Amino acid sequence: MHEPLNTPEISLDAYVAEQENKDLLRFITCGSVDDGKSTLIGRLLFDSKMIFEDQLATLQSDSRKMGTTGDNMDLALLLDGLEAEREQGITIDVAYRFFATDKRRFIVADTPGHEQYTRNMATGASTADAAVILVDARKGILDQTRRHSYICSLLGVRHIILAVNKMDLVNYDKATFEAIRDAYEAFARIIGYDEVSCIPLSALTGENVMSSAVHMDWFTGPTLQAELETISVDDRHNERPFRFPVQWVNRPNLDFRGFSGTIADGTVHVGDEIVALPSARTSRIKSIVTFDETLEEARSGQAVTLTLEDEIDISRGDMICHRENRAGLSDQFEVKIVWMADEPLMPGRAYLFKSGVNTTAMVVTRIKHVVNVNTLEHMATKRLDLNEIGVCTISLDRRIPFDPYKENRQTGSFIIIDKMTNNTVGAGMIDFGLRRASNIHWQAVDVNKTARAAIKVQKPSVLWFTGLSGSGKSTIANLVEKQLHAAGRHTYMLDGDNVRHGLNKDLGFTEEDRVENIRRIAEVARLMVDAGLIVLVSFISPFRSERRMARNLLEPGEFHEIFVDTPLEVCESRDAKGLYKKAREGKIKNFTGIDSPYEKPEDCDLRLETTKLSSEDCANAVIDYLLEVQIKTD
Amino acid sequence: MSSLSHLHRLEAESIHIIREVAAECRKPVMLFSIGKDSMVMLYLARKAFYPCPPPFPILHVDTTWKFHEMIAFRDNIAKEWGLDLIVHVNEDGVKKGVGPISHGSAIHTDIMKTQGLKQALDKYEFDAAFGGARRDEEKSRAKERIFSFRTEQHRWDPKNQRPELWNTYNTRIHKGESIRVFPISNWTELDVWQYIYQEKIPIVPLYLAKKRPVVERDGALIMVDDDRFPLHPGETPQMRMIRFRTLGCYPLTGGIESDATDLPSIIQEMLVSRTSEREGRVIDRDHGASMEKKKQEGYF
Repeated sequence: MHEPLNTPEISLDAYVAEQENKDLLRFITCGSVDDGKSTLIGRLLFDSKMIFEDQLATLQSDSRKMGTTGDNMDLALLLDGLEAEREQGITIDVAYRFFATDKRRFIVADTPGHEQYTRNMATGASTADAAVILVDARKGILDQTRRHSYICSLLGVRHIILAVNKMDLVNYDKATFEAIRDAYEAFARIIGYDEVSCIPLSALTGENVMSSAVHMDWFTGPTLQAELETISVDDRHNERPFRFPVQWVNRPNLDFRGFSGTIADGTVHVGDEIVALPSARTSRIKSIVTFDETLEEARSGQAVTLTLEDEIDISRGDMICHRENRAGLSDQFEVKIVWMADEPLMPGRAYLFKSGVNTTAMVVTRIKHVVNVNTLEHMATKRLDLNEIGVCTISLDRRIPFDPYKENRQTGSFIIIDKMTNNTVGAGMIDFGLRRASNIHWQAVDVNKTARAAIKVQKPSVLWFTGLSGSGKSTIANLVEKQLHAAGRHTYMLDGDNVRHGLNKDLGFTEEDRVENIRRIAEVARLMVDAGLIVLVSFISPFRSERRMARNLLEPGEFHEIFVDTPLEVCESRDAKGLYKKAREGKIKNFTGIDSPYEKPEDCDLRLETTKLSSEDCANAVIDYLLEVQIKTD
Repeated sequence: MSSLSHLHRLEAESIHIIREVAAECRKPVMLFSIGKDSMVMLYLARKAFYPCPPPFPILHVDTTWKFHEMIAFRDNIAKEWGLDLIVHVNEDGVKKGVGPISHGSAIHTDIMKTQGLKQALDKYEFDAAFGGARRDEEKSRAKERIFSFRTEQHRWDPKNQRPELWNTYNTRIHKGESIRVFPISNWTELDVWQYIYQEKIPIVPLYLAKKRPVVERDGALIMVDDDRFPLHPGETPQMRMIRFRTLGCYPLTGGIESDATDLPSIIQEMLVSRTSEREGRVIDRDHGASMEKKKQEGYF
């Protein structure tokens, strides 16, 4: 929306030029429920005459119907756009609003105060230059205030304005304001904000929002609008190192090969010496192409197409940098993660990592600690729950170009995508790349898997038996191993119970420990396959994602998932080890099938129905299956 | 060196979004309503891939009640710009004789526009569709993500939107699901007009004031665009200087009295205007949050 023009005689071109030259401030508003965020933005829009007459008419009728402000107009209704929010009187999602004053343009993200919607706040903060944090003058600094401030610092928001709202309800008391200001400034310093602007105001009456307050003549600082108009916007992007993530390879015909993308930072000129990462191939900029014209130089934020002097292989996700100032390159990182999904983040699980235009597989190798956002204390944990913030190490399946987040918000950030649901489940900020990735190279040895397999005259593989406790996995696996051994094959059997007595004796039965349990087994199986063996794994392995993780560790065709399908009632009636009885009595917690889920395989390689086949027949079926796949691959 | 100007920044953001869809989605399509926002979006798509043409087709869902000038303009642009244009009409609706006058705006819009759009998306198996909606248009739009996901039944779940951080967009979907993508989400109405002015983008002449035959219905000035419009006994359309701020089906789109016959005067007029552009749309006013409802049902 625009600033109304009251003198229609003014030259249009002059007006347009003036509008064009205004800079843009993106800010977010945050605070607790009922601190009056939506009212404040409604006030900013209303006072800067951004509300059209028909919108005003709707607002007046809505205020009478559902307003909470008596005879006054309920300005919050301008923003709470979704029907559910209007009914409940709360804000549940981020809303973006646009307004302008004489000096600047603004995009405001109105972010919700409810604790469970912290993820939306992080979303709004990710692109914001400044944050207006509201507190209710009657309540002072709350846990929520600290949480939101910390998230702002984490997401790299550079300026914080503390708006002490509802001053009208504390009789415009100076001492109340100063106590809140002092408490907040002390906290802000801890999270890295040395200068915070604190403003006493009333969103309802508009005092100190756009105009000074008669009731608060003791306050000599700027109004909220004046402060928003003067804080500095980050305009140093052009001087920073050149970063160009390649988004799309532009190849209309054989004569033209360009690389399209948006300049994440810095400036580029025709003739510049460049390097493409990760290949490290070098060339020079031949031309900077746009629809309008061919440019001599381009700068941060521009969407352009670059052509190079040399034909070097560059694809989407690669990064073009200046030769003398290149981005880092790593496949392992220490990062901060804001977790945004109900299902917790667990080390060892496979996710997708997307940074800008670069997508790759990712595993969280370790959660170093979770941050208590109210006290900023670090606490040990094995998982991250919804809205938790943790410091983690992650491992990607290939090296990617990057910068630390504090140096570059584009090339240092990433989102985490769940492979099953496709949802965005987390947001991450790279602190630094772990050096070991670049220093430790895999030893390329001449005696390799192929050589070891050849001497054994067999195809190394994993037979992964999954099924409920008591389903007959180990019995069948034993019979299969005997047959393979008799046929001169080199085998090894990994059994759930046996491994738990040794390698995994430190692990319990919580969901996290089960994931780790399977991860270790899968890694051991992989080493054994590398050694040339046929490995029989007999594990309940109840979760699909962990079985998939095991499969992904191996090469295609090496992993065979065999589902020993025995109904729960049958397993429970056998109950050879008496475990089901104990689980039913509550003596064993987290027992698969009883109080912990078993996710049936959807795409197993072989399914054995033990209620229809004897153990011997099942074992024969496995051998038949193996012969069949061996014939196919040979 | 100074930072980018306002319109250049908006332009670059939109191009980034359009390229991202082309790079990641299996079969995208660009929705084309022939209006000013559509024209800006289409123009941005040409910029995004230059010297390549946009690597996706353009889809117009024709309700058969668009202004005649819109259809002529559409065909002309498609030819001039060499577009791969698909026109889809809900033939079931045509057979049943559905129209805004006989069936009312709600049924007409649902059958000819919303259902027609779903038919076209299903028929061609598009997994991503660009739309020219802006966040400043309407309250529920302000809360919609740039990448907005639809179930297999084309439904929108406003409470379950994916978080959208930085300029990293998650484009992953399951088979059957689709994405609506709004590359000009962060543009305002004035930005659109200034950009059209700056870039000299052609627009349908209906946006400019001209003497046109109109009748007044419920306070709205409706242009009588063809003989399907039922006149009251004794009524004759008046020739009045009007123009349109938004364009839809002609019986559902109210014009405004205006002398703005060129772009600069439109922008001047906008700058002193005190009503929002959607006021001319008869379909938005029937229910408090009607846009949200329509969107949940699959309207763009």
